Amino acid sequence: MRASHKFKVYEFADDAMSDAPTVTRDDVRADICRRLDPFRTDARPITGATVITKDLNIDSLAVMDMVMELEDTYDISIPLNVVAEIHTVDELTDTVLKIRGER
Amino acid sequence: MGLFDRHAQLLDFYRGVQASGADPIGVTMERVLSPTEAIINGKRTLLIGTNNYFGLTFDPACIEAAVEATKAEGTGTTGSRILNGSYTDHKDLERELADFYGMKHCMVFTTGYQANLGLISTLVGEGDYLIIDADSHASIYDACKQTQATIIRFKHNDPASLEARLRRLDKEKGNKLVVVEGIYSMLGDTAPLKEFVQVTKRHGAYIMVDEAHSLGALGEHGRGLVEEVGVLDQVDFVVGTFSKTLGAIGGFAVSNHDGFDVLRLATRAYMFTASLPPSIVASVRAALRIVRARPELKTRLWANVATLYDGLAEAGFTLGPQHGPVVAVQLPDMQTAIEIWRAMLDEGIYVNIAGLQATPGGVPLLRCSLSAAHSKAQLEQVVDTLVKLGKRFGLLKLQKRAAVG
Repeated sequence: MRASHKFKVYEFADDAMSDAPTVTRDDVRADICRRLDPFRTDARPITGATVITKDLNIDSLAVMDMVMELEDTYDISIPLNVVAEIHTVDELTDTVLKIRGER
Repeated sequence: MGLFDRHAQLLDFYRGVQASGADPIGVTMERVLSPTEAIINGKRTLLIGTNNYFGLTFDPACIEAAVEATKAEGTGTTGSRILNGSYTDHKDLERELADFYGMKHCMVFTTGYQANLGLISTLVGEGDYLIIDADSHASIYDACKQTQATIIRFKHNDPASLEARLRRLDKEKGNKLVVVEGIYSMLGDTAPLKEFVQVTKRHGAYIMVDEAHSLGALGEHGRGLVEEVGVLDQVDFVVGTFSKTLGAIGGFAVSNHDGFDVLRLATRAYMFTASLPPSIVASVRAALRIVRARPELKTRLWANVATLYDGLAEAGFTLGPQHGPVVAVQLPDMQTAIEIWRAMLDEGIYVNIAGLQATPGGVPLLRCSLSAAHSKAQLEQVVDTLVKLGKRFGLLKLQKRAAVG
C-alpha cells in the first residue's frame, strides 16, 4: 500500500521490543539515525544535531510513524503533543531516555 | 515572510498540476442531473465519487420533506440552539436517531466534521488520554489539536498495537478515549471493531466509533459496523454524518451515558454555530425512514461494490484490502494519478483524486465511491475505461509483473 510520492513514507520494520534492561544514549541515537537514514537528502550522515523535519526529506506523518515504532521498541508512550516540541535527533533521543526512565 | 508564504510549496504543487492541463479541485458541475450524473464541461458525466451511498439526494420523499419544511419554517434557523432555541424538528430528529441506535441520548451537529471536532475535544481534557488510529480522518486529528488531553496513535486497524498502548497507560489515572472509524474513507477498509472493543474494555477505556461511511452500508438495519459485529451495546459513543447515505449535511452523536447532554453546554462546535436549517432536518428524517424501510438499497449498494471492485481487481489494479462502499485504486505516483484522473474526465467519468494530506502514507488514489443508484452498465463503463487507461499508462502490465515476481 505504501508507495513513493512527494515525501518518502516511513516503512514499518515491525522489529522486536528491546528487552535490554538498560539502553545507552548512544544506542538510542544510533537506532533513531538508522530509522531516519532513508530520509537523508545528501551524503551527510545523520547526527544528534540533525534537525529532523528541516534537514531531512521527511514529513510529519512519517515522523509520527517512526515515533510509533520507537514506542513499541522501548515500551514507552511518546505523546504527539511531546513530538511536536522535538526538533533534533538528540532531543528525540533524550525524550526516549527520559520517558523510559520514568516507567 | 508574507502571510501566504508558508503555503508557497503547496501553491507550487497545485500550479504544476494546473500547468499539466488538469485541475482536480477546479471542477464545476454545471448541472447535477441525478445521484449519478452531472453536466461537466458541457458534457453528460458519470459521477463515481459522491459518497451518495443510497442515492437519496434526489429521492422524491426527501425532496418533498425539504420543500415542505422550507415553506413552513423558512430557509434557515439563523442561530445556535443554545441561544436561539431548538426547533421541534431538531429534537424529533435527535429522538429518532437515538431510537435508531437504541441509545438514550443524541446530539445533532451542523456538519459531521464538527461532530468529531466538538465531541472528541470536549470529552477529554487535561490529564486524559486520546488514543487514535494512525489513519484517522482529518476531523479526528483536528480534534486532537483542540484538546489538552495527551494524544497517542496506534497502527491502523491493529488491535495489538492499541493494546500495547493501553497497557502502557494502565497505571495512569486519566480517562482514556479510543477513537476508531467503521469504514475508513480513503481505502474503504473496515475496523476490526470486535477486537478493538475487547481491548478497550479490558483496559477500562472508552470507545467512540465514527460510522460516517458505514451508516446504511453495514449492519442488518444499517446502523453501521457496530451492528454488523454486534457491539452496539458495548460502545460508548457512535458518531456519524448526514452527508453521505442520508444525502444532506450535518452530523450526530449517540450515547447511553447519563450526563451526555451536558455536552450541549460545553461543546463549542455545537454552541457557536447556527443549527441545521429546517429543510435539512426534514430531508434527513425522511432519509432515515428510508434506510429503515428499504434494506434493498443496501443489497443493491453491495452488488455494485462487487461489480466495481471485482472488475478492477481482476484487471490487475491494486485496490484497498476488501470490498467496501469506497473502492480506491492505488497509483504509483501523483503525476500518473492526475493524468489518469484527467483522462477519465475526458471519457465522461468524474472520480475523486486523493493524496498528500488525505490518504494513508500520502499514497495517490483514484477514489471511487458506490451508490445504490448506479446501474450495472454505469459501473461496467467505469471498469472498461479504467482498464483501457491502465493499459495505456502501463499500470496493469507493471503490476502483474510485480505480483508474479
